[in-house]
Amino acid sequence: MTGFRIDGGTLIDRNDVRRFSFNGEALSGFGGDTVASALLANGRQLVGRSFKYHRPRGILTAGAAEPNALLTIGRDGRRDPNTRATMAELFDGLEARSQNCWPNVNFDIGAANGLLGPLLGAGFYYKTFMWPAAFWEKVYEPLIRKAAGLGRASYDPDPGYYEKCWAHCDLLVIGAGAAGLAAALTAGRAGARVIIADEGAQLGGGLLAEGSPIGGKPADAVLADIVGELHALPNVEIKKRTTVFAAYDDQVFAAVERVQKHLPEGAINPHLAMERLWRIVARQVVLATGAEERPIVFGGNDRPGVMMAGAMRTYLNAYGVAPGKRVALFANNNQAYQTAMDLEARGVEVAAIIDPRTCPNIRYDGKARMIAGAMVRDTAGRKAIKSITVRHDDGRDEVIAVDALAVSGGYSPIVHLACHRGGKPAWSDEHVGFMPPENTDGMTPCGAVAGKIGIVDCFAAGGAAAVKALAELGVMGDAATLPGVAQGDATVDHVQPVWSVSSTKGKAFVDFQNDVAASDITLAMREGYDHVELAKRYTTNGMATDQGKTSNVNAIGILAENKGVSPGEIGTTTFRPFYTPVSFGALVGASKGMEFQPIRKSPLHGWAERHGARFVETGLWYRSSWFPKDGETFWRDSVDREVNTVRTKVGICDVSTLGKIEIFGADAAEFLNRVYCNAFLKLPIGKARYGIMLREDGFVYDDGTTSCLGENHYFMTTTTALAAGVLTHLEFCAQVLWPELDVRLASATDQWAQMAIAGPKSRDVLAKIIDEDLSNEAFPFLAAREVSMFGGRLKGRLFRISFSGELAYEIAVPAGYGDSVADAIMTAGEEFGIVPYGTEALGVMRIEKGHVTHAEINGTVTPADLGMGKMVSAKKDDFIGRVMNLREGLVDPNRPTLVGIKPKSASDKFATGSHILKPGDPVSLANDQGYVTSMCHSPTLGHAIGLALVKNGPSRHGEEVVIWNGLAGTTVTGILCDPAFVDPENEKLHA
Amino acid sequence: MSSLVKCPHCGLRPKEEFTVRGEVATPRPDAGAEEAVWFDHVYLRDNPRGEHREYWHHSGGCRRWLVLSRNTLTHETSEVVDASTLKTGGAA
Repeated sequence: MTGFRIDGGTLIDRNDVRRFSFNGEALSGFGGDTVASALLANGRQLVGRSFKYHRPRGILTAGAAEPNALLTIGRDGRRDPNTRATMAELFDGLEARSQNCWPNVNFDIGAANGLLGPLLGAGFYYKTFMWPAAFWEKVYEPLIRKAAGLGRASYDPDPGYYEKCWAHCDLLVIGAGAAGLAAALTAGRAGARVIIADEGAQLGGGLLAEGSPIGGKPADAVLADIVGELHALPNVEIKKRTTVFAAYDDQVFAAVERVQKHLPEGAINPHLAMERLWRIVARQVVLATGAEERPIVFGGNDRPGVMMAGAMRTYLNAYGVAPGKRVALFANNNQAYQTAMDLEARGVEVAAIIDPRTCPNIRYDGKARMIAGAMVRDTAGRKAIKSITVRHDDGRDEVIAVDALAVSGGYSPIVHLACHRGGKPAWSDEHVGFMPPENTDGMTPCGAVAGKIGIVDCFAAGGAAAVKALAELGVMGDAATLPGVAQGDATVDHVQPVWSVSSTKGKAFVDFQNDVAASDITLAMREGYDHVELAKRYTTNGMATDQGKTSNVNAIGILAENKGVSPGEIGTTTFRPFYTPVSFGALVGASKGMEFQPIRKSPLHGWAERHGARFVETGLWYRSSWFPKDGETFWRDSVDREVNTVRTKVGICDVSTLGKIEIFGADAAEFLNRVYCNAFLKLPIGKARYGIMLREDGFVYDDGTTSCLGENHYFMTTTTALAAGVLTHLEFCAQVLWPELDVRLASATDQWAQMAIAGPKSRDVLAKIIDEDLSNEAFPFLAAREVSMFGGRLKGRLFRISFSGELAYEIAVPAGYGDSVADAIMTAGEEFGIVPYGTEALGVMRIEKGHVTHAEINGTVTPADLGMGKMVSAKKDDFIGRVMNLREGLVDPNRPTLVGIKPKSASDKFATGSHILKPGDPVSLANDQGYVTSMCHSPTLGHAIGLALVKNGPSRHGEEVVIWNGLAGTTVTGILCDPAFVDPENEKLHA
Repeated sequence: MSSLVKCPHCGLRPKEEFTVRGEVATPRPDAGAEEAVWFDHVYLRDNPRGEHREYWHHSGGCRRWLVLSRNTLTHETSEVVDASTLKTGGAA
């Protein structure tokens, strides 16, 4: 017999019976139970198998530090592996399973690993399983991974949703034990905006486990009074089930609130988040995180039934669960004696108190037999503890039959959040623990984390800490008066450190979760890994999901003991966020599925959808890529038709995604002149000009057109990809480089719906909806100005520019009109055979015309490389990139330069990315002449064409080359040519 | 790195609203400056342990370029000013 339910339990509601299953077995507990307390109440002490040796493990703690009792809870998309049974609240219908055991937790084949113990010691992966080398990846590692490990994540999507929020407050109180509650009450009464957060399901912390009255009043009544008052204060926000898991710079704290994780499937509100990730900005912080009780490192200290003394007290008083019928206590401090007192008070036999101390301060008023100056050196029992072996101070061994053992090796302040910003905790001989660092800017540690002992002292400390924090904020407040608080000396314990039991028999575990024994740490020392950071990594102590909450200080103590120095000299490893594991769901928040990132839709998206567009994602944009018609089953059927229609009749294409920037100011022309490498100073009103923008290192950054729409008013377009980048660059130029220029910039990308109307009939179509003379004389190539449309009902901006190489216009109208204007153009174009065309056809036509995109502008090309060297102004004194563009390496004629490329045989195809070689040269990158940047099937020419960057390209037109596809291992004979495959004389443009 | 940045125009804002460009380089040289001077300006950056001045863009806010002075060791931010003041000296 192990644990069982007794009377009492301040947290549970015996009228609320909850059924649950553990490894398929039907059990029941009560509302208010954790899975751990319910398992103990059902006599289930064995809950899992250890990570490496598959040793039977039970429930060690009653809180966040639990290293052993990790269960998989829930099913399908709601399955949470590695859930601490001590933190999981019991709900009706909960399904829990043990991990890391097969076929089951009672009979686990992996336990044979225990026999391999000698091979699995510290640093085993550096030493054993090393030979033969090839076996590591194929045999050893998969086997070890299968045998070791934690729970498995579900492959099903989580149906719950998660969200992120910000919160702001004057005072953040972290931890709602006695100190935190007193602090919150003090600050709340003073009128400060307070947030108090606690990881537990109920506020109270150590108060929840307090069996003795406080100031003559029952502890639960005292707690109820405080919580009631806090709830009534409108300026106090209470966050239960909320773990503050990280402290960042500027007083920003991260917390995760488990909103609905404790509810059964049927009770989950789909409109509420499952978990909420908070970022809390606090002007002041009271750190009341308490202290973690330390295990003692002795032989068989991991056997189910061995439990922290404080946890045992919590199960007893808060959950009404007795850990066994005959219990022993092994402790080196006075506080733990309270557990023995409470056990006896509830009728549980305490067989013995084993205390290594011999000092005169030990006093126990109960019935239990006291064994001073003694240690527990071993335990026995297959799946649960049956007896302990006590080594007396005279060297005699005594076996005592018990079914549970409470252990307490002292208390480690939970200093994590005080150290996340780089502070190092300081060792205190007085408290036998690492204390929060002195210099905790804006953060006041109080209560057990600052070494205080007992509810009453913590009440006083919390009130004082809040008064101090309020004073920093300029608020006067009095420490809340709470029961039992009187002026008096602080409670003092007399902890005597026991880092390891020298007479230990068998494995004595330091880190339960990673199966690190004391012998592993001493082995690491013998092998030279005695620095605390090295010892950690060599032994993996403290590297499990519990981050060594119960093990780190003991490991440091063992290192110190063996080196003959103080633990302070060993120091701690670095504390980093997160304090406890945080679910991926909470970290991801709403950014999943279609909400993973924003979707940008053009104002013409609906119009394109109505015309059956297939869309392609380009960055955040969804662009219409082609418009299949009935009977077209292959994308190129549509694209070829679209190209042919534009080249012979007319087409309309959505180009709204191009970046659009409005530029104003008396110095706007001068500004443009400096950011483009070609001249812009004399661009007349009503004209557009193609511009190339360089980076300061002389390479091309982006290209586009800029139009002068009025005096001191310009309109720039950028490529879709670099819309944001160009604006940012221009802002840098205007604000940082030349703040003296009068220039203002505004993004207008989303304000305009812009359409290209291209093809020999484009003028005829537009003439039907635009009220102005569009003749070649009145509106020539590169004309750009505001025009009246639809008989004066709408104004748009008309640009005579062409990416396709055809007679073409781009018309921009306010975004909201885009859909109707596109419809009107389709109607107007019907008699001319107009078709919508997408980015694929656009891409084909620009390759046919030899126009470049970012496939060519790849960050390593100069304007000369693109055949536009003449555009770089030699007259301008200065522009971005001028000096660096003249560097020796950038003007070398042997640089890869833009050429066209086509197959020698019209039926041959080749791929983008293929490399160019000289005929006869061995197929190797050593003989590389350049590569194909873009290619397509040209419906106009009837064969594949491409653009390429080839060494000294312009002088090699007509040369036969080898096009080598290294991925496919194929070669094709090609011919270099002029990149303008269609209308090299630009007759169509000017038609 | 700071969690909150005090933009001189918008006040205390979360760092996610900002984009870091890197160290404040030497001032942009005259067109006629020697190649080595240009080389410094375009390519050479320090990675100091201690005080560091960086360009930060309030890209999700007022879209002003800022100069943020921070200590890479302590993460303390000592000053945030509008970057135009590098050249104009005055308030932006």
